Amino acid sequence: MQPRRLTSFNFWYFVIFTVALYLPLLLLIIFSFNDAKALVFPLQGFTTRWYGEMLRTTELVGSLWNSVLLGVASSLAATILGTMAAIGVVRYKFPGRGLFVAVAAMPLVIPYVVLAVAMLLLFSQLNIPLSLWTVGLGHVIINIPLVMLIVAARLIGMDKNLEEAAMDLGATYWSTLARVTLPIAFPAMVAAFLVSFTSSFDEFALAFFLIGPDPTLPVYIYSQLRFPSRLPIIVTMASVIMVVSVLMIVFSEYVRRWGNTPAGPRSEGAQ
Amino acid sequence: MTARTTPNGAVPAVELRNVYKTFPAGRSESEVAAVNGVNLTLPSGEFFTLLGPSGCGKTTTLRMIAGFETPTAGEIYIQGQEMSRTPPYRRPVNTVFQNYALFPHLTIEKNVAFGLNVKKVSKAEQQRRVEEALALVQLATVGQRKPTQLSGGQQQRVALARALINRPAVLLLDEPLGALDYKLRQAMQLELKALQLEVGITFVYVTHDQEEALTMSDRIAVMNQGQVLQVGTPIEIYERPTTRFVANFIGETNFLDGRVTRVNGSRCVVQVADGLEVSGSNYQPVAVGDTVTVSIRPEKIRIHESRPEPQPNLFEVAVDRVAYIGSDTQLFMTMPYGAKVRAYDQNELSTVDENYFYAAGDQAWISWRPENALVLKD
Repeated sequence: MQPRRLTSFNFWYFVIFTVALYLPLLLLIIFSFNDAKALVFPLQGFTTRWYGEMLRTTELVGSLWNSVLLGVASSLAATILGTMAAIGVVRYKFPGRGLFVAVAAMPLVIPYVVLAVAMLLLFSQLNIPLSLWTVGLGHVIINIPLVMLIVAARLIGMDKNLEEAAMDLGATYWSTLARVTLPIAFPAMVAAFLVSFTSSFDEFALAFFLIGPDPTLPVYIYSQLRFPSRLPIIVTMASVIMVVSVLMIVFSEYVRRWGNTPAGPRSEGAQ
Repeated sequence: MTARTTPNGAVPAVELRNVYKTFPAGRSESEVAAVNGVNLTLPSGEFFTLLGPSGCGKTTTLRMIAGFETPTAGEIYIQGQEMSRTPPYRRPVNTVFQNYALFPHLTIEKNVAFGLNVKKVSKAEQQRRVEEALALVQLATVGQRKPTQLSGGQQQRVALARALINRPAVLLLDEPLGALDYKLRQAMQLELKALQLEVGITFVYVTHDQEEALTMSDRIAVMNQGQVLQVGTPIEIYERPTTRFVANFIGETNFLDGRVTRVNGSRCVVQVADGLEVSGSNYQPVAVGDTVTVSIRPEKIRIHESRPEPQPNLFEVAVDRVAYIGSDTQLFMTMPYGAKVRAYDQNELSTVDENYFYAAGDQAWISWRPENALVLKD
């Protein structure tokens, strides 16, 4: 089908949609450079002092560090577990496979608030003190399905004969995994890790319920909204996070596409 | 671990004894028998072909020799060792896959070296043997490239080199030329045969292409519905098929159904219609009254423009249709009592005179020698 030309309705719809979506984000960046405590127009002149103050606010930097640590650790764990689940689901037939996929993917559809309350109840029943570890556990659970779906998509596209060929050439099961399956799945695993990190980094509901004495960044930002004088610093931090997040998503998409070159040479002619 | 030997004392490269393989069929209770009691003995150094239509069990048989499938019953001996349950990585066999299955993330060199690398062969030895293997398949210059940068024919050679570098006792090839175009396929057939003679390894070759099988094989096993119907040299398979299926699957033939009325040693007379009798050769024993099929290859039928001397199996026919195909003209004819017969008239004379050729509606006589008409009991 020939692509149709944009009508003027399409064009204006697109413009309004884009403005509605990105104007708030743009305002965020503009106000982070505004030389005033109140976030109101007219602008009061250009400054970078909020960036300096942000770096001097130790609790803020501490919570940022908490979030990065939490994101890396929980995403690593989720990537390993999710990849194992993906290999199991794609390569093996076993009774209850459909049920396994459904259960593993459940966190995608359960509201995080509900999951958070449930986990809070569980931890208090078991007398487990709340900490970054409990938040991390929650983040591993919500990120496993993301990883599983991304890696499984890659494995499904991979020629099954490749693994047979490796075994035929003398590689054991584990050797085949290390030499063939995981190298081919690797770009998908990197993409899954980055998506998982982003999701952990800005997750609020689970962190809010399960956090101990050390807040994550979203929790800290929320707690600071009560103090109007802190607002410019929060806005500045939000701008930084937004730019970093966008860069990471772009990078992960790039990695995923790089990985999506055919997973097996294409044969010519009919097959 | 009993070593088995052939009558002359040599250990066969591969031996299958009463091998069965059934697969569960979806949700139903019944099972599908992919391989149904196969017995084969392959001497060392042979180019052996499993030939049959798709779904006949030839690929499943190959995959059981490779170790990708476990037989439901029966034994598989490789060089005298029972290996039906040995994992693929501990069998002295290598496979060339239909779609090549080259590792997309590795260079050609690393692909070819894969088997040696797994077995921790020294780097220097790997290097030497990779060069040797790539030279063997005439691809010495592509070592640093990735598989997707090569043509289908080149990928095929890399797959061969990757398998042969391990010096397997048996090389298994699963329709390796299926994805190549016709000209390249023909060239590769001759090359494969030459390569097999050069390396002296037993080849087990799976194909549904009879021309491929006839061109390359020392011996062919024709399979259908999970069973081996006949094993023999290409000439034996073509000239002495023992069943109607084999006669029909290999080459072209005419079938006349009838009943045996007289038997005299290896010659017999078959009544194919009321008052229409043909004489043929029964290379298997038949008895008077047996229902049989007479198979006559079209190129073995002689066509006469006018009534020739009286001779056995001489019939007057009507030419229904002709097809000029260059080297010969194919005639589609009706015998008395309605039997349809096809024969090839070789175009010995270079001419554009239409009168030289048969045309639809012509009258003609056909005959064949009794030894060319095979009487099959099926």
